[in-house]
Amino acid sequence: MEKTRQSTLSSDDYRRLYESLQRIRCVEERIAEIYPSDKIKSPIHLSIGQEAISVGICDNLNRDDVVVGTYRGHALYLAKGGNLNQFMAELFGKTDGCARGKGGSMHMIDMSHNILGSSAVVSTHIPVAMGYAWRLKQQAKGQVIACFFGDGATEEGVFYETLNFASLHKLPILFVCENNGLAIHASIEKRWSQRNLLSKVAGFGIETAAVTGMDILEIHHKAGAAIEKLRSGSGPQFLECHTYRWRQHVGPNEDFDAGYRTRDEMAPWVANDQVARIAKKLDEGVRAQIDSQITGEIECAERFAEDSPFPKTQELWEYVYAD
Amino acid sequence: MPTNGHRLLGYAGALLEAVDQEMARDENVITFGIDLDDHIAIHGTTQGLQEKYGKDRAFSTPLSEDAMTGFAVGAAMAGMRPVHVHIRQDFLLLCMNQLINMAAKTHYMYGGQLKVPLVERASIGKSWGQGAQHSQALYSLFAHIPGLKVVAPSNAYDAKGCLIAAIRDNNPVIFVEHRLLYYTEAYVPTGSFEVEPGTARVCAEGNDLTLVGISNMVPECLRARELLAEQGIHVEVIDPIWLKPLDMATILMSAQKTGQLLVVDNAWTACGMSAEILACAAESGLTSSGIGMARMGFAPTTCPTSPSIEDAFYPNPGSIAAKIYSMVHPDKPPWQPDPDRAKLTYQSSFKGPF
Ligand SMILES: Cc1ncc(C[n+]2csc(CCOP(=O)(O)OP(=O)(O)O)c2C)c(N)n1
Repeated sequence: MEKTRQSTLSSDDYRRLYESLQRIRCVEERIAEIYPSDKIKSPIHLSIGQEAISVGICDNLNRDDVVVGTYRGHALYLAKGGNLNQFMAELFGKTDGCARGKGGSMHMIDMSHNILGSSAVVSTHIPVAMGYAWRLKQQAKGQVIACFFGDGATEEGVFYETLNFASLHKLPILFVCENNGLAIHASIEKRWSQRNLLSKVAGFGIETAAVTGMDILEIHHKAGAAIEKLRSGSGPQFLECHTYRWRQHVGPNEDFDAGYRTRDEMAPWVANDQVARIAKKLDEGVRAQIDSQITGEIECAERFAEDSPFPKTQELWEYVYAD
Repeated sequence: MPTNGHRLLGYAGALLEAVDQEMARDENVITFGIDLDDHIAIHGTTQGLQEKYGKDRAFSTPLSEDAMTGFAVGAAMAGMRPVHVHIRQDFLLLCMNQLINMAAKTHYMYGGQLKVPLVERASIGKSWGQGAQHSQALYSLFAHIPGLKVVAPSNAYDAKGCLIAAIRDNNPVIFVEHRLLYYTEAYVPTGSFEVEPGTARVCAEGNDLTLVGISNMVPECLRARELLAEQGIHVEVIDPIWLKPLDMATILMSAQKTGQLLVVDNAWTACGMSAEILACAAESGLTSSGIGMARMGFAPTTCPTSPSIEDAFYPNPGSIAAKIYSMVHPDKPPWQPDPDRAKLTYQSSFKGPF
């Protein structure tokens, strides 16, 4: 399998995937380092370990395609091309943040790249993505929307209500479930009567696919196929990607001392780290050049965030209503 | 003041003790919510309940607030006393339909044949960039609805007494917990006791102005009172405790004595508890007797995350004291206490990420 997929990706493709993966990993590791300084006063839900999903999928999207996700949204924002300086400034609560310091870590937005923000109330963005998809379908320009959420989100009624209506109207929406097996600290065993998510989704007449091994090439390939189908008008597509969250649910640290999971459980996922895997596909020189470019980007973003002023009190009252 | 059988207990521990004692007393009491049985145990308020009472009486649920609220309504109709727990009041918005169309209506709509004795516990919060969707205090939405009761205890003593009263009440009760209060302590009796619906408390006496604080605003008002005492202004602080039913008599009696009434809400002012309290005061004829009235609350905006503007979003002991000074001394130039002295230690020790 891997051979055929590999043959379809050029060295430029690998370069692009690596750059995106590595940027997200390094940015989030840096956020975790900064966090104890209290410069980032916002609850952070890191995607470390899950980056390949956003990267593999967004690589198939055009700039005018839309994405929307959750509070665990740093990877999605960066993979879709969101501005890093504004991202960092938002974390620092500064005026030049992508939401002008009003949203914080859980609400990253960059409309110039069609990143439609992210919601901190689980599942609330899923029907919203459907409404956006309705408009995209009407406009008939071949645009699609990809909606990302966790396994926990599939427990809310609104998830099923959305599947039904989106399927009924063949809306151009790619549902992406990042199944990391946990909702905060609760395992799926405690939450799902049926383990097979895709058979539930298929019951609504929606085409489904799964990637169980956290393989970015497989994610890339399956997302590409699903997005082609969306563009040809064959109705919503659903992609479930099994994955693992390496850090705490919220916060910068690991949490294997909490007792709800073990480091051993994480070990195979770390051994299968997709950032390291794709790094190996590049020439050493190319890779070093990308790494140093990213280090520079992050330093620059931090400086940008530091230099940007805090919002003035007056800004508290701005944007309550649209003009 | 410690009296017999009282000892210092944290707010979170007081909530746990209340539900524990009620579960021991009445096997119909059950408690459930998202992540109720993990190591965080809803800030320790559900710690050990599952081990003690089993998985049928204390359990975690899927992320299905709407259905689980309906579940609570049904179980209550069948004779149980469910205590449904949420880590944020913002998530109660997913429960609104069941709470308002079912829980609040059932007893009346069926001519008294069915009862819905349930408790919806949910915390409200402040600070550390919780932002728009994790900081809302929505209790006035519930207080609007006939058939629902609403309570917002501001200290560990009331937390225990109110939770026991809420569980024993035969009606749906919205139980409001402020996250910053979890770490505060008070003297709490070891035994069971109730702080009954409709009982306000005069927390500190004074003759110059009546200051009503709600939930976390009670300690903020008490600090403002201390700062004002240094300026020779003596404020009477009242904690309504129960927002519905509301003990207006205690508030009115105080306002008649002091001649000034300021309500500081831990929420927006528009159509909120401060509007309700001042409207009741006006209707009672207080205004015609020349009593001054004012209110404070969240800025009429969405809560931002940036610390520079988040600070301006909330009333604090400094802004409360400044407001009172201007009410008591309308002719003097404005006065502000030293901002450092207006800080509350239990708040400044609070850190993220949660
Ligand atoms: C409606 C709602 N209920 C509860 C919460 C609290 N909460 C925040 S994240 C979370 C778990 C979500 O798990 P999942 O959807 O699998 O996403 P993950 O965090 O694993 O990425 C919960 C219960 C919330 N934010 N919104």
